[in-house]
Amino acid sequence: MTFLTAMIAVPMQLVHLSPIDVVIVGFYFALVLSIGWYLRGKANTGEDFFMAGREMTAWVAGLSFLSANLGALELMGWAGSAYQYGILATHWYWIGAIPAMLFLALVMMPFYYISKTHSVPGYLKLRFGEPSRALSAISFAFMTVLMSGVNMFAMAKVMQLVLGWDINFSIWVSSLTVAIYVALGGLRSAIFNEVLQFFLIWAGALLIPILGLYEAGGWSNLKLLIAQRASEQYVHLWAGLGSFSNNPMGINWVGIVFGLAAIISMGYWTTDFLVVQRILAAKDIRSAEMAPIIGAGFKMLVPAIVILPGLLGLALLPEKLFPESVAVATGAHSYNDVLPLMMARYCGPGLLGLGVTALIAGFMSGMAGNVSAFTTVWTYDIYRPLINRGGSDHHYVRMGRWTTVVGVLISVGTAYLVMQFASIMDYVQALFSFFIAPLFGTVVLGMLWKRASAAGGFWGLLCGTLCSISMWTWVKIDPAALRYVALSPHAKGLAQDMYQALWSFITCVVVTVVVSLATKPVPEIELKGLVYGLTQIPAVGEVPLYQKPLFWAAVVAVVFVVLNMVFW
Amino acid sequence: MEDKLSISIWFFIGISLAVNGALILAAGVYQLLSPPTSSAVVLFNLHANVWWGALLLAIGLIYCFRFAPKRQP
Repeated sequence: MTFLTAMIAVPMQLVHLSPIDVVIVGFYFALVLSIGWYLRGKANTGEDFFMAGREMTAWVAGLSFLSANLGALELMGWAGSAYQYGILATHWYWIGAIPAMLFLALVMMPFYYISKTHSVPGYLKLRFGEPSRALSAISFAFMTVLMSGVNMFAMAKVMQLVLGWDINFSIWVSSLTVAIYVALGGLRSAIFNEVLQFFLIWAGALLIPILGLYEAGGWSNLKLLIAQRASEQYVHLWAGLGSFSNNPMGINWVGIVFGLAAIISMGYWTTDFLVVQRILAAKDIRSAEMAPIIGAGFKMLVPAIVILPGLLGLALLPEKLFPESVAVATGAHSYNDVLPLMMARYCGPGLLGLGVTALIAGFMSGMAGNVSAFTTVWTYDIYRPLINRGGSDHHYVRMGRWTTVVGVLISVGTAYLVMQFASIMDYVQALFSFFIAPLFGTVVLGMLWKRASAAGGFWGLLCGTLCSISMWTWVKIDPAALRYVALSPHAKGLAQDMYQALWSFITCVVVTVVVSLATKPVPEIELKGLVYGLTQIPAVGEVPLYQKPLFWAAVVAVVFVVLNMVFW
Repeated sequence: MEDKLSISIWFFIGISLAVNGALILAAGVYQLLSPPTSSAVVLFNLHANVWWGALLLAIGLIYCFRFAPKRQP
């Protein structure tokens, strides 16, 4: 994450808030604390605190599911990527998300939901036994709380960069606010604030592409301007992906389709508990299936407020933006400044406050998502099975509240650690990615292949993770090794992520299959409700066609295909 | 969820949109009446904060009315 590392540099304030902007930001903090206070009495049982009572509607769960991934770092980072790489960045929102969300909804969610698990590691316990759960839960909890700290520091740096705010002020105000509202209301409070964030982000960011397209003279003129200032390849999704050297990203279609879409995206959207937890809180199986589909529908629109501002910046901003390293050395603006710059370009008093509030809301709900997922995994998958099995429900809720506070404090500690040792950020980001691809391999084999044994699941997960770590270390020590990992001398950084995920997934699958065939299978009676073929998937009920998840998944899939063809 | 909670999440969304919309609209109207002499934003002539603020206010009020706590079953 060059974006994060480079923010260590001496900042320059990008925008200046008027008094009315400050009022809008202050109102947001007051509102989220009020929501937490209001929900404090509705989180008294474990189901309430950790699973939001499993009573979320499809819309609430779906918007929360999407918002958990719609943080400010993503918005600013991908707007910067759009400036740097053009419309290719859209792949992370379309093929890098939509198929995975639909797969989660139609194939995997029934197993998560029927098993009534509290978490993804909880499913691994049911399917593969305690060792797999312990490996997954400990790695997830550890990395989640570290990621939260990294994001907290990143947020404070962005606030310093954009608004000139003191880092300590940003860290403590945001972390205390999150700690209060999550400790009071649990997952329900986090979900409420994520839905609020969803609306704030659209309200704060949608005006930029509207005014930008007006200024550019429409999409056709925008393409011409981009072709003049950069290259025609910047406005094609697929046309330049025939080879690594024919597009600004240095990647080919194999990496995008098999690395990003089939592995990384599938792993993230279907097994990262941070996002899956929102769906597990749905009130019934139909809502649980509809929620990712609703999320997918809105996910297809997100490039309008992320990618389009980056493209508009490329076409319209009078100054040229540079990579972080150049920007730091010269004092110029970097690619990642494009969203705040576009905000400052069009947003007067009030609108600027709303845009900044949307960024703050994105940061804080992301932090709340990390903390609530950490709290659940710690309490249900580490503390209860490994430390204190016999506690009462009330005891575990109390543990959850304290874990929320402790998790936030560890995050604050991590943020200050990162402030001293910037390179930690890169390691934490990389470490987090190590677990995603192999975990997807383990979970999907567990759900779809009844012969997968407990030993196969554990060793597949472990070997896949070690494979990922080994490749990352190899390229870190010898950057030239990237040509072997990505199978091309023209491959660039992003290709490493794609191919690293692909190899670690393949390793996980091969090891799981080989070990499973060599070890004793799990009795079929123990796999009911956990594996395809041995599980009666409950019907969504007698509902009209327009209320069926399959119908809406088909609609989303058709729109997805059409969009890719339009921007081919 | 709405059946058990006395205040729906959509009501909170309405409050947020309505208050933010009102503040943005007020700032826009103020700038309309006394335009800034310098450092106006690009496309200032479109007065985006007036119509965008009014739109947010209208949507927020609809949500507040539709999901008002007293209307919950």
